[in-house]
Amino acid sequence: MDKIIKVIKRYRFFIILLVINTVILIVKPDIGLKSLQLTKSNALEMLSILPPVFILLGLLDVWVKRETMIKFMGEKSGIIGVLLAFLLGSAAAGPLYAAFPVAAVLLKKGSKFSNVLIMIGAWSTTKIPLLLFEASSMGIKFMITRFILNIFGIAIIAYTVEKLLSKREIDKIYNNAASME
Amino acid sequence: MVKSDIIGNKNQLTEDIMTTIGLYLITGTALVVSFIKNKDKTILSLKKAWKSFENILPQFLTILVIIGIALAILTPEQISRLVGSESGWIGVLVAAFIGSITLVPGFIAFPLASALLKSGAGYMQIAAFISTLMMVGVVTIPLEIKYFGKKTAIIRNMEAFIFSLAVAYIMGVVM
Repeated sequence: MDKIIKVIKRYRFFIILLVINTVILIVKPDIGLKSLQLTKSNALEMLSILPPVFILLGLLDVWVKRETMIKFMGEKSGIIGVLLAFLLGSAAAGPLYAAFPVAAVLLKKGSKFSNVLIMIGAWSTTKIPLLLFEASSMGIKFMITRFILNIFGIAIIAYTVEKLLSKREIDKIYNNAASME
Repeated sequence: MVKSDIIGNKNQLTEDIMTTIGLYLITGTALVVSFIKNKDKTILSLKKAWKSFENILPQFLTILVIIGIALAILTPEQISRLVGSESGWIGVLVAAFIGSITLVPGFIAFPLASALLKSGAGYMQIAAFISTLMMVGVVTIPLEIKYFGKKTAIIRNMEAFIFSLAVAYIMGVVM
């Protein structure tokens, strides 16, 4: 019984939203139906992308030694860490929310905080497959201009976020990531 | 269904499926190699994968339903009426705001953006929309907070929002 209550508590927002959607479905059937269909197609997308992402993360967690990660992406990794973070984010597949678990594993393994933020930035906006879409639907000039601006934007955001946080706050994030498996 | 509503761009959909297939191939290969090298470690990694997936599943599901409801209420026609090329900075702000609260897969976002351009939206407004769409995630903030804490999540999203306005301005000059 306790277990069921625990599950319901964890999923309470999801349950409340389902109720809201059902109410919409009754009051405005066309919008309610459309929203259900959207949720279904997004859920299918999520279910197709997330399992491989999480399996790769599990493998990364088990096989990559903390020392290796620190060497390539840690405090003293310098420009190599920055480039690796940028490439990792840009080569990724999946929406931004899939980047957060990746970030957690990188933090757990000792990657530098600003490098993790660079990975998040690249994941959000300079993904290579998306650049191709962007060039084909918006034109090369649009894509390249935005890409160049984004490189600056990603760096500015990563370093200012790191600067604005105290050491204690950053430590807390690392501890949180370590406890998150 | 909604994908074809927005604009049925089959090529891009196929490319997206290709990316997914590629991801599965890489994962499959990695799993097999790992299994050959060490069976126990592989099982441990699968257990870890499942645990971290289940850990954030409630947030994922919540986000999915929110996106569904939001996109069902907001249609592309409504958006392009709001962000026409004459709409100026107000249009940019509206576009940035819509981009921040919506979450659309990339292979829909760009065809949608180019459809909006054709139906009269301006470059500045579209740049603001695309940039916030990709970098700012209001609906995913609870998830981001879970990993990064409140302060980081809020600062990152605010900075990304302001940066997107700068991108919009520069795109307005360049394009």
